[in-house]
Amino acid sequence: MDIPYTVAVRRDTGLTNGKIGIWLFLASEVMLFGALFASYILIRVGAPSWPRGDTILNVPLATFNTLVLISSSVTMVMAWASLMRGRLGTFRLYMGATVLLGFVFLVVKYFEYSHKFESGLFPSTNNFLAIYFTLTGLHMLHVMGGMAVNAYFMGPGAKQWKSNPVWFTNRVEHAGLFWHFVDLVWIFLFPTLYLL
Amino acid sequence: MLPDFYNELGAMHGTIMVFLGVVPLAVGGFGNFVLPLQIGAPDMAFPRLNMASYWFFFLGGVTMLASFFVPGGAAQSGWTSYAPLSILAGTGQTMWLFGMIFLITSSLLGAINFITTTVQLRATGLTFMRFPFFVWAQFVTAFLLLLAFPPLEAAGAMQLMDRLAGTSFFLPTGLVVSGQVLQVAGGGNPLLWQHLFWFLAHPEVYVLILPAMGIVAEIIANNTRKPLWGYRSMVYSLVFLGFMSFIVWAHHMFMTGMGTAMAAFFQTTTMIISIPSVVILTALIISLWGGSIRYNTPMLFAVGFLPMFGIGGLTGLPLGLNVADIPLHDTYYVIAHFHYVVAPGTIFALFAGIYYWYPKATGRKMNETLGKIHFAGSFVCMNVVFMPMFLVGLAGVSRRLFDGGASYAFAQPVLHLNVVSSWGAWILALFQIPFIFNFFWSIRKGEKVGDNPWEATTIEWSAPSPPPHGNFLHAPQAYRGPYEYSVPGAAKDFTAQYEA
Repeated sequence: MDIPYTVAVRRDTGLTNGKIGIWLFLASEVMLFGALFASYILIRVGAPSWPRGDTILNVPLATFNTLVLISSSVTMVMAWASLMRGRLGTFRLYMGATVLLGFVFLVVKYFEYSHKFESGLFPSTNNFLAIYFTLTGLHMLHVMGGMAVNAYFMGPGAKQWKSNPVWFTNRVEHAGLFWHFVDLVWIFLFPTLYLL
Repeated sequence: MLPDFYNELGAMHGTIMVFLGVVPLAVGGFGNFVLPLQIGAPDMAFPRLNMASYWFFFLGGVTMLASFFVPGGAAQSGWTSYAPLSILAGTGQTMWLFGMIFLITSSLLGAINFITTTVQLRATGLTFMRFPFFVWAQFVTAFLLLLAFPPLEAAGAMQLMDRLAGTSFFLPTGLVVSGQVLQVAGGGNPLLWQHLFWFLAHPEVYVLILPAMGIVAEIIANNTRKPLWGYRSMVYSLVFLGFMSFIVWAHHMFMTGMGTAMAAFFQTTTMIISIPSVVILTALIISLWGGSIRYNTPMLFAVGFLPMFGIGGLTGLPLGLNVADIPLHDTYYVIAHFHYVVAPGTIFALFAGIYYWYPKATGRKMNETLGKIHFAGSFVCMNVVFMPMFLVGLAGVSRRLFDGGASYAFAQPVLHLNVVSSWGAWILALFQIPFIFNFFWSIRKGEKVGDNPWEATTIEWSAPSPPPHGNFLHAPQAYRGPYEYSVPGAAKDFTAQYEA
C-alpha cells in the first residue's frame, strides 16, 4: 500500500497530508516566537527604564525591509498562481524574484547589524539589544531557511513539475505558507522593536 | 563520589530518562509502530520527516552523552537547568542546550507526523469515536509536544545567548557570585527561565503518562474480555487533560516568591487537572469489574500500573496545594511522587506494551514464566526503592544532596532508609535480567503465534506478524467501535473492528 492523500485530498477532511503538516508546523512556530515575545514583555515591564526603539535602531532601513518582505510575499503568491495556470517559466521568474527579495532583506540586515557592532552595540550591552538580536537573528534564520526551500523549488525541485505537477504545485503552496509566516513575524517585529 | 560528579549524574539522569528514554520509547517507539497499525494506515504520513526526526534524536543523544567527556563534565544544574546557576556552569551546559535543541526539533517533527497520520491516514469507517484509546492518547500527546516544546526551544536559545553572547536574559542586576558582583548588563529575570521551562515540562509530564495510559487501556480491555467502562468519558477527560496541562505549570514554582495571586490561580488549575486523571484511572479500575480476567504478563503489568499510578497521582495532590508544598518542596517526597508516576507507572505500562505487542512485531510470544518472574520482582522492588523516599522526604531531607543527607543532624533518624532504597535498586536491576534475556531469546526461540494471539479486536491484529512494508495486505476498514468483547448473542467473545 502506498501512502494516500499526498496529492489528492481526503474527502472527509478536505485536505492533503502536506497541508495539515505545514499548518501544524506553523502552529509550533507561533509558540516559538510567542514565547520570545512574551519574554520581551516580561523583561521590559520589569525594567526600570527601556529605550525607545527609534533612538537606537534605524527606522527608515527597517521600513524599507518591511516593504521588501511584503513584496516578496506578493511575488510568492504570483509564483504559485503561475503554476496553477500551468506556466513553469513565469513561476521561475516570480520565484527568482522572491529569493532575490529575501536576499535584499538579508543585505540590509547585514548593514544594520554591522553598523550596530561598529558603534559598540552588542547583545551583551543591554537587554533591549539582547532581545533585538535574538528575535531578529532567529527571524533571519527563518528567512534563510525559506530562501533555501524556495531556491530548491526554483531549481532542482522543479523537475517534479514534469512527473507530478499537482503535487509540485501543492508543495510550492506550502513553501508559500511558510514564507508568508516569516513575513508576518517581521510585521510584528518591526513595530515591537523599532517603533514602541 | 565527588559532589560535582554527583550533580552531573543527577542532572543527566533526569535529562536522559525523560528525553532519551521514556519519550523516544513511549512516543517514538510505540507511537511509530502501533499507531499506524491501529488506525489501519500503511505507514506514517511523512516517512522522510520521520527519518529526519530520528536523526535529530540521534544527534541530540550523542551530544548529551558526549558532554560527559568535555572539560568540567556534563551539565550539573539539574534536568531543570535553573538560571543563573546554569549560565555560570561549565561547557557541559552548552552541550546540554544544543542537545536539547536537537531533541526538541526531533519531537516537533514527530508530533507533526503523528497528528497528520491520525487525521489523514485512518482507515475508512474509523471515526474519531471508534479510535482505540491508545490512538487518542498518542494524538493528544502529539499536540502537547507540538505546542509545549517550542517555548523551551526559545528559552534554550536565550540561555545560549546568555552563555555565549553575554546577554542577561536570566541574570538580574547586581548578581553576586563568590563575593563579587558579576560584570554583566543585568536586568534579566531568573524566574523567566523557570516559567519557560515549566511551560514545557509540565505538559511533558503528561507526555510521559498519556501513552502509558493508552497502553494500559488496550491491555485491560483485551484481558478482561469487556469493553472499556466509560470510553467516552475517558476520551473527553483525555482531551480536557491535554488542554489543562498548559495552564498548571507554575505549581512547580510556589516557592519562588512569584506572589500569592499567581499561586492561588495555579493551585486551582492543578486541583482541576487532577479530576480528568482520576476519571481515567477510575474508569480503568471499574473496567476490571465483572470481567473474566486473563492474568498473562502484559495484564499483570497493566494491572500493576493502576495502584502504582494511583499512589503517584494522589501523593501529588499535597504538592499541588500551595501551603502543603512549602515543607515538601525539593525533598525526597517529590522524588518519590514523581518516580511512582513514571517508574512503576509509565515504565510498567511500557513493559506491558512490549509483552503485548511483541507477537505483532516478531510473530512470536515472549516467555510467560520469565515474564511473571520479571513482573513479581519488579513490582516488589519498585516499592522497596521508592516507598522509603516518602518517609525520608516527610522527615524533611532535601533532594540533590551528594551525601544523601549524612551531614545533617535532623536527617539521621531516616538515613537507614537510603540503604533500603539502594538495596531495592540493585535487586530491581537483577530482576531486569530475565526480561533482557527473554526479549532477545524470544526473537528466535519464542512460541510461534498467529496474527491475533490475544484474540483482540483492534485493527493492528489484522496485519501479518511481523507487518510487511505497507503494513497490511488489503486496506482494512473499520465497522464498529474498538472494544466489542463479549457482545451478547455473538458467536465468539470478541468481534474485531475490521470484521464486516
